[in-house]
Amino acid sequence: MRREHQHRNYWRRNLKMTALLLAMWFAVTFVVSFFARELAEITVMGFPLGFYMGAQGAPLVYLAIIWWYARYMNRLDRQYGVREGEGDDG
Amino acid sequence: MARLLGHRQTKGTVTDKPNLMLPRYISTLLTIFLYATIGVLARTASVSEYYVAGRRVPAIFNGMATGADWMSAASFMGLAGTLYLSGYQGLAYVMGWTGGYVLVALLLAPYLRRFGQFTIPDFLAARYGGNPARLVGVLATVLASFVYVVAQIYGVGLITSRFVGLQFEIGVYVGLAGILVCSFLGGMRAVTWTQVAQYAILIVAYLVPVTILSYQVTGIPVPQLTYGLVLQKVQVLEEKIFAEPAEIEARRIFRERADGYYERILTLPEALDEERLRLAEQIEELKSSNAQMREVVALERERRELPKSSDAAKVYWEKLMRDAALRGAEPEHHLTPYPSGGEEVSNPARLNFLSLVFCLMVGTAALPHVLMRYYTTPSVREARTSVFWSLLFILALYLTAPAYAAFAKYEIYSTLIGSSIAQLPVWVSAWGKIGLVSIEDVNGDGILQLVELALNPDVILLATPEIAGLPYVISGLVAAGALAAALSTADGLLLTIASALSHDVYYKVYRPEATTQWRLVVSKTLLLVVAVLAATVASQKPATILSMVAWAFSLAGAAFFPALILGVFWKRANSAGAVSGMLIGLLVTLYYMVRVQVDAIPWLGIQGIGMEPWWGIQSTSAGVWGVAAGFSTIVLVSLCSQPPSKATQDFVESVRYPELEAS
Repeated sequence: MRREHQHRNYWRRNLKMTALLLAMWFAVTFVVSFFARELAEITVMGFPLGFYMGAQGAPLVYLAIIWWYARYMNRLDRQYGVREGEGDDG
Repeated sequence: MARLLGHRQTKGTVTDKPNLMLPRYISTLLTIFLYATIGVLARTASVSEYYVAGRRVPAIFNGMATGADWMSAASFMGLAGTLYLSGYQGLAYVMGWTGGYVLVALLLAPYLRRFGQFTIPDFLAARYGGNPARLVGVLATVLASFVYVVAQIYGVGLITSRFVGLQFEIGVYVGLAGILVCSFLGGMRAVTWTQVAQYAILIVAYLVPVTILSYQVTGIPVPQLTYGLVLQKVQVLEEKIFAEPAEIEARRIFRERADGYYERILTLPEALDEERLRLAEQIEELKSSNAQMREVVALERERRELPKSSDAAKVYWEKLMRDAALRGAEPEHHLTPYPSGGEEVSNPARLNFLSLVFCLMVGTAALPHVLMRYYTTPSVREARTSVFWSLLFILALYLTAPAYAAFAKYEIYSTLIGSSIAQLPVWVSAWGKIGLVSIEDVNGDGILQLVELALNPDVILLATPEIAGLPYVISGLVAAGALAAALSTADGLLLTIASALSHDVYYKVYRPEATTQWRLVVSKTLLLVVAVLAATVASQKPATILSMVAWAFSLAGAAFFPALILGVFWKRANSAGAVSGMLIGLLVTLYYMVRVQVDAIPWLGIQGIGMEPWWGIQSTSAGVWGVAAGFSTIVLVSLCSQPPSKATQDFVESVRYPELEAS
């Protein structure tokens, strides 16, 4: 069952990447907001860091996460020869 | 004595110059005409075209359409104002409404696209074996989307009545006609391409005024980069304004008022009779003296608004007490996260902030009208890329909203506050006339203090062109943009509701033998019925836009998020678990929302059902409890009952890696 094995590998790598990126998502969202007061001491482009992260930093990190995931997975798909989901209209 | 303004200076404003309304008429009508043309050109009679746009929408355009679908009247009009009023606290919306897309991209979009059917209940039915899961899915879809669409149509009514000068109720139906022309004929295909056009209009309308403002204030036309420096200036202005003796005095007067209301509530029901008597005496006294007619009218209105029963008076005065106490409280700095005043104040504020962010994110990843969009891309890879484009286009607005708030605050603090009330700029009285700006000289010094100015959040965005003294064409553009935002979201939502009812209930459950043509006829009829129903509810003005939107997010998040996530990532989740988990999540959310939000439902004869919020979490974040309840119910019930069948487990495999299907 080589195919089975490959599937499991593919899925495991997908899960690993998903977990890693979700951890980043959690950190910039909840951990940073939790310590927003403490981060206010540092200034970036005229903003206190806590405010900057909420207003621009975190959303830009989200965009980067999504971009990275799409790139990684689309490469993984190609590497494992995953068939595209085309032409399966109901 | 306090003087109520807002009715003053009506001369020399917009009403005297009807030609100024012209750009607004033209922009509103032209854009609706544009959407109608797209609707007619993209009309379709094919099921796949109607529900999923033939699955031919390229990732970038799907991203743009999702952006328009996503950014509603609440984002377009409400966000900048909320940020203006609550500073850092408002960033919960910015983070929540963007961070949800991480969940969509990582946990849902590719799997839903790989499954490749038409609706979210389709997925639930396939994963959880049949109709019970499908029907609960339909129930939640209809409930959440309907609350949301009512909010949008309400927004359309507000815009048309404000800018075109129609009566609110008529404005609602005019907006409805605009929504129907594109979704009715062409379904998802027409809606998608209309939304692409609407995105272009709304983003230009959003960026132009604040870019000009940024150039005027800082010399650099990139507001997203420059507003940090503007906020520093705001900080300096705040420190000066907050400490002024006249400000402190005015705040003290508001606190005294709050105490007055508190005493009245304690002495109910006698206080109500006393109040009625006092107003009557005052009116008589004023009428016999040669006082201004305006003051008499104001008092008479106050008498009319006085509630009839003791219970109603309690609710009425409690609201006035809260408002007065809020205005009398120590003001917060724009940049400061979580209110000062010790841990007992800032810790609950932080908890509410974090839970609101959580609810908005989970709701984003569970609203069917957003998830459905990822069925329309040609492939799984395109679905992944499409989420990236969606968020990119959405960020164009969300990264600008805090800049709007900053520039508006700077303009108002530096030019308006501390000026003479008799010589305020024209926009103050123009917006005061429709009740969105009010000024009350509580300490009677003829100078405008910060606490004496009350702004409705919606006004910030709509009035910024006027605050900055930009030409009226820009105002017309902003109106067209706001309309595009509300219409595009309403389109997507109506289509989602109609699809859930016609595809999932009528075709899949009730009459599987129905022909293609007949299914489309049913879908279009339902679209019409739901639209008229939503407009009828909206014309009753049930609640504010933002609270309706927040309810819809909590409801959708609690009903769908646990079942969808566990459906992909936990093979052991079974039908009994999912159905009970969705229902319990939905019920817990509704229960919490209702009991924290309202104390009495007069028309059902229910009284005294209000309760203390758990851990001080507000009703807008009710989804926190619903999502937790949903997850734990699905896990517990699934573990206590039979594992799902082999066929279902194979289905999960096929969603994870599709070539199994072929082998």
